[in-house]
Amino acid sequence: MTAQDWAGRIKGAALAGLVAFALAVPLVGIDTNVDDATGHGFTTRFSWVVIAVASVFAGKLALGFVPHFHWAAPQGLRRRTTLKAGRGVFLIGLAAAVFALALPMLPFSSRYLVDLATTVLIYIMLGWGLNIVVGLAGLLNLGYAAFYAVGAYSFALVAQDWGLSFWLALPIAGLLAALFGILLGLPVLRLRGDYLAIVTLGFGEIVRIVLINWGSVTGGPNGIDGIPRPSFFGMPFVRNPPEGITSFSQFFHLDFDPGQRIVFLYYVILLLALLTNLFSLRLRRLPVGLAWEALRDDEIACRALGINPTSVKLSAFAISAMLGGIAGAFFATRQGFISPESFGFQESATVLAIVVLGGLGSQLGVVLAAVVLVTLPEFGREFDQFRMLLFGAAMVAIMLWRPRGLLSARAPSIRLGAGDPA
Amino acid sequence: MSVDKTPLLEVARLSMRFGGVLAVDDVSFTAYAHDITAIIGPNGAGKTTVFNCLTGFYRPSGGKLVFHRDGRAIPLQHLAGYRIARIAGIARTFQNVRLFAGMTVLENLIVAQHARLTRASLYNFGGLIGLPSYRRAEKSAVETARYWLDLLGLTARADDNAGNLPYGQQRRLEIARAMCTDPTLLCVDEPAAGLNPHESHELARLLVTIRDRHELGVLLIEHDMSVVMGISDHIVVLNYGKKIADGSAAEVRRDPAVIAAYLGEDEEEMA
Repeated sequence: MTAQDWAGRIKGAALAGLVAFALAVPLVGIDTNVDDATGHGFTTRFSWVVIAVASVFAGKLALGFVPHFHWAAPQGLRRRTTLKAGRGVFLIGLAAAVFALALPMLPFSSRYLVDLATTVLIYIMLGWGLNIVVGLAGLLNLGYAAFYAVGAYSFALVAQDWGLSFWLALPIAGLLAALFGILLGLPVLRLRGDYLAIVTLGFGEIVRIVLINWGSVTGGPNGIDGIPRPSFFGMPFVRNPPEGITSFSQFFHLDFDPGQRIVFLYYVILLLALLTNLFSLRLRRLPVGLAWEALRDDEIACRALGINPTSVKLSAFAISAMLGGIAGAFFATRQGFISPESFGFQESATVLAIVVLGGLGSQLGVVLAAVVLVTLPEFGREFDQFRMLLFGAAMVAIMLWRPRGLLSARAPSIRLGAGDPA
Repeated sequence: MSVDKTPLLEVARLSMRFGGVLAVDDVSFTAYAHDITAIIGPNGAGKTTVFNCLTGFYRPSGGKLVFHRDGRAIPLQHLAGYRIARIAGIARTFQNVRLFAGMTVLENLIVAQHARLTRASLYNFGGLIGLPSYRRAEKSAVETARYWLDLLGLTARADDNAGNLPYGQQRRLEIARAMCTDPTLLCVDEPAAGLNPHESHELARLLVTIRDRHELGVLLIEHDMSVVMGISDHIVVLNYGKKIADGSAAEVRRDPAVIAAYLGEDEEEMA
């Protein structure tokens, strides 16, 4: 180790320390609080700043001793991701589906776990829905929660006002969301990339603000309460059913347990998610699915081949919105209560993060990313206020080590060898 | 050389203006069915602009483009871009290759058969429920793709990403993709650009083979005179947006205006 090496390392560490200092002074060094006398005030915590700067300096210096450390994946790791993954991915997917089916019956299963798995499945379904627009058609959408909201609200209104059952109201919610998808798609046909992202972001906000302000229909900020819960072929999950109606537990001569509904809801979303998966896998092989991917790669070439970009884009928006709407309808019936708060930008960002972290276009990647993104904050609960810090660090780590997402290998929709899908 | 001289495409007084620039100025020519028609001229002469008007990427400022197919005369200047490929059956390649780089070679060729497959799948709904008629259509689409892969020597790379092919193979794949739309007129924009003399020669032979086997018209923009002079039945020469000559290879080669504008005085360069 030469003196020159040392000088370079110390210089690098000092630079990192300087950046940390600039960040730490306003962020951790000053703590604002309410003062009785003046109304507002602040206290300083410069000892925290010293700790932060010192740990960054020492950390950066220590990194210099790790041989061949790179802020990115080593070459070998990156190459492996491009390997053809066809059959392996299929088997892993099958194993995951079997595990999901068996989950409520497993010995370590609990009400909490099944409930958490239901949430994960909602996000998986949203991820697969958004994947069609973002992953396949390559159209960035930052307002996906709008379709989620349209599905939830139309389900709530249709189920409450018209008294339709869950399975009848579900397709109506999906179709209404698809209609909104086309509504968003029409004005943005010419846009791509950043511009499209901004318009979809605006669309998401418009829907949320309409939900807040159109009080007579949506209940405004109070939302909609008392949304009908799903029933098992007309048999509700209640302890004391109304006169003339048999409840689920009575029919099967079981003791009433509120967990029964949780497990039932879990199987409903599992069914919806599996259908979504089959639907999108099939679509990918059809002319429209291939056209989505072609459009992502080169729109001009598409036109030269006689593909109508308008209908291809609109179909992507509509189908993606429909799947989001169906997930929204499920969300509404599961919660029994919805309000605009549940459909903010945060929600759109989470779903987009799931798609991007999973690897654009990868079905299994979405599952993986949804599991990580939804359960990680849960596991972090004991870390209390450092929970989000941990979460953010995990996201940064994934992006550094897997810049193209957890699973970035794209399986061809058709192969010459077998003539069959992988 | 073809015997019958049925007009396939009639370009009549075509003009294209971009602001103050007249990129194509009153150009008229006719391309015949089963002919290879070349459009040549110096850089910026308006060759690609003619292509873009023809394939619907630009709407001409003036003039008419009439395409003859099955006894019908189709006015191209009124058709939306993507419909020109479907209704008239005009397929094109691009000066800078435009493949679907993230998709495999085979998928590129299947996408090109989009219109036919969409109909066979009953606008995707039939395909969604797995109709046997769609499966047959898909199988025949793969067969069509395989035919072109075999002809162009790309079969071994069928399942590789198109973006990973070497440049020369990408150029050939783009021609195969255009041919998978089953066109009546194939427009190729500088197909020999960036190819070595051996590859250019192969490409020229390929264009002739395609024309002979599939009985279609070829419209060719090319700078490589060995390709143009060797295979063209008919050459149109543009300069500054105007047509300065129109005729067979021998006629054009002798034309003093062409020599002055483009070919140069040195005869050997064109050999």
